[in-house]
Amino acid sequence: MAPPFALYGREFTCSRKELPLSRPALHLAVELDGDGAHPAAWRRAAHSPDQLLTPRRVAQVAAVAENAGFTLITLDDGVLPPGAAPNPVGRIGAVERAAFVAASTSSIGIAPVVPLTYAEPFHVSSQLASLDHVSAGRAGWVVTEEDQPEAARAWGRPLVEGAEARARESRDGVEVARALWDSWEDDAVIRSVATSRYLDRERLHYIDFTGETYAVKGPAIVPRPPQGQVVVLGRPDRVPAAQLDVGLVGGHDLTSITAAAAAAGTARVFAEVEVALDTPDATAAARVADLERHAPWPDQGRLRHIGSAEQLVALLRELSRHVDGVRLHPLVLDEDLAVLSRLVLPALSERRLVARPLPGTSLRTTLGLARPANRFAAASLPEDAR
Amino acid sequence: MTRTDPLDVPRPHAQLHFGVFFQGVNHWTIWSAPESGSQIDPASFRKVAQTAERGLFDAFFLGEGLRLREVDGKIHDLDVAGRPDALTQLAALAAVTRRIGLVSTSNSTFNEPADLARRLSGLDLLSEGRAGWNVVTTDNAWTGANFRRGGYLDHADRYRRAEEFLTVARALWDGWADGAVAGTQTASNWAAPGAVRQVRHRGPQFDVDLAPTLPRSAQGHPVIFQAGDSGEGRDFAARNADVIFSAHGNDFDDALAFAEDIRTRLRAVGRPDDDLRILPGTEIIIGATEEEAQEKKRWVRLQQVTPATALGIASLLWGIDLSDRDADGPLPAEDPVVAENDGSFGARRIADPRAVVAEWRAKAEAPGWSLRETVIALGPQRGHVGTPAGLADKFAHFVRHGALDGFNVTPYLIPDGLDDIVDLLVPELQERGVYRTEYTGTTLRDHLGLREPLTHRTAADRRQAS
Repeated sequence: MAPPFALYGREFTCSRKELPLSRPALHLAVELDGDGAHPAAWRRAAHSPDQLLTPRRVAQVAAVAENAGFTLITLDDGVLPPGAAPNPVGRIGAVERAAFVAASTSSIGIAPVVPLTYAEPFHVSSQLASLDHVSAGRAGWVVTEEDQPEAARAWGRPLVEGAEARARESRDGVEVARALWDSWEDDAVIRSVATSRYLDRERLHYIDFTGETYAVKGPAIVPRPPQGQVVVLGRPDRVPAAQLDVGLVGGHDLTSITAAAAAAGTARVFAEVEVALDTPDATAAARVADLERHAPWPDQGRLRHIGSAEQLVALLRELSRHVDGVRLHPLVLDEDLAVLSRLVLPALSERRLVARPLPGTSLRTTLGLARPANRFAAASLPEDAR
Repeated sequence: MTRTDPLDVPRPHAQLHFGVFFQGVNHWTIWSAPESGSQIDPASFRKVAQTAERGLFDAFFLGEGLRLREVDGKIHDLDVAGRPDALTQLAALAAVTRRIGLVSTSNSTFNEPADLARRLSGLDLLSEGRAGWNVVTTDNAWTGANFRRGGYLDHADRYRRAEEFLTVARALWDGWADGAVAGTQTASNWAAPGAVRQVRHRGPQFDVDLAPTLPRSAQGHPVIFQAGDSGEGRDFAARNADVIFSAHGNDFDDALAFAEDIRTRLRAVGRPDDDLRILPGTEIIIGATEEEAQEKKRWVRLQQVTPATALGIASLLWGIDLSDRDADGPLPAEDPVVAENDGSFGARRIADPRAVVAEWRAKAEAPGWSLRETVIALGPQRGHVGTPAGLADKFAHFVRHGALDGFNVTPYLIPDGLDDIVDLLVPELQERGVYRTEYTGTTLRDHLGLREPLTHRTAADRRQAS
């Protein structure tokens, strides 16, 4: 096995090689935005609505997910309000929440949603690299699109119209962010007292990206992320598979998920699954029905499990034959997260289908992904030889 | 300095405020000493912020530069470089600090209000009212080369854009009525109908239409910092800022003149002349005795001004590449070349190089200083050197005479550079009654003793002010 990569002079596990196959069969991610996947989830939350946008709440749900043993949390975001009246219309930016959570957790991966349709890729790259530093190598990034015309008006930028143009902005933005992460080689800070040089400028690189709509010079202003490259997640039908570490695939049933997973072409594939579970107080069906009185649960083309924890364990077991992980979208965080942590993850852990991420381990390593060689350094020397 | 009667001064009850500026660029941060820590390890940031909080500082302050500095078209390699994104780092620090303010330097040229105002607002909520924004501007295409929008901004438009940016940001920060969000899950609406106001703005710089997505924080708005020193910058500060991060903190008369100038400008725009805090950036070098302090200063300067850095500073002044000269030899014989643009960016320009070189020659001659010694003695100067008691007397004099409200301290060592200040200087200041002995409020606005955000004041407040 390659020697461990040292981070800030401390021990840090971020292997340069793919890990052996003893890794668990399934990784579980959970989406933690707002009060849950249902627009009216706030009505069943265990806290009053005015507590949603507080640091205590942000830290608390992340702590529950980390303690439960999830591999990864994701935090949805966008420039527009998360919903419309009478449902929640406020949320704190996902990168800020992610950084806050990073400082109060020790092992769980953290992936904010950051769309690139209108954002500056240079800023996004800096923010995610910084998230990787503050989390000591636990950062991920879910690439999405701003598909509402109102987003262009909010940003004050010309409308990026149509699916093809939005895909172009994602593709170019991910390319810029990734190139910037490599624009500092790992050992660019040399602190050479003999020559008075702090940096070796030969190990810093202009990226000179030129896309269809803009150009970015580089190098980054943030040193290379601890993971080398932040773990990038996204839909393989919207972002080129080669740019993604983890493809997020939908589908209403096992067959379509399996087909999408087989076609994804990404190093890892996670299935999107919405869950509503039986709780000690109410059946899943009753809970969904209760919320449906207020608002429908929009169909996002994802498999939906409404039922017992046991049935979910069986479903995840089946899915583990086809995908590397599952991202769960709980109906109501305060209710379903409790059941997931009390019943579902322990049952999967007992069957050795999932494993808790270890402190001091990068998200890449937890996912069994290699720390990528630097595209600029690789041009001169093989990284292992350096 | 003689001790004045504390009550026989213009501001007998004035309090000194400290911020700490974790710089991350330029030669003031010593990187070569054994005790020089990482510039990117989150533990360095945590250590500095927590030490500052232990010392009851008002604020922890991060800078920003959106392109790596270059000299003669090449990346400048002599100084520390490579910083985290300020807001991201500060959001992480919000989780491991309780009281200290968290101030982000963020660019109004290469950001958009919808994004940046929301990020600042998020930091303000996560820190429960401790966020600040140091508003900076950029005009050059060199920085713009990293952005979609490119270097499109005229120099003259820098502050126009910054001011319009603030107008939109404040509208967003004021977009939610107080108590907008329901207190119970059974309410008919999560946010009271009509409590969230759409922001529509059409101006020369911004044409936007959006719904603000966050409530006001415990301090109303993030505290606005401003650092520009030009007349334009000072007027901008008088109209908009809560704090000026000035460059006038070394010399008492200079500091007082600056403070008087700002007070005049404040009155001219109808604000009370105590409406804004002036915190010059400074370095503080402390020794148990005056001699020890001077000795430490000598060590600090030798670490900061390496032979290569001395040549770099001289090259900038002379306008020619002196990197092949001997820093321990005499001053270059050539006259300085005054160039329009030498390909150097991100470094401060010198207004009249010929006059400065003439002065250096005159002063170096008698003691026979080398180039490096001359740069150390006469090059960019900053900071205060002395014993804890001597410095406390001096700072009490500054603040009680209205020359400043405190300092934004730049430690020359990361992460331990604040330890002496917190452990030795702060107690002396407390003994003199010019420094708090505990935090009395929870927000950055509280710590600084600031009034309500400008847009929250009633017409009556404004009339009273004028």
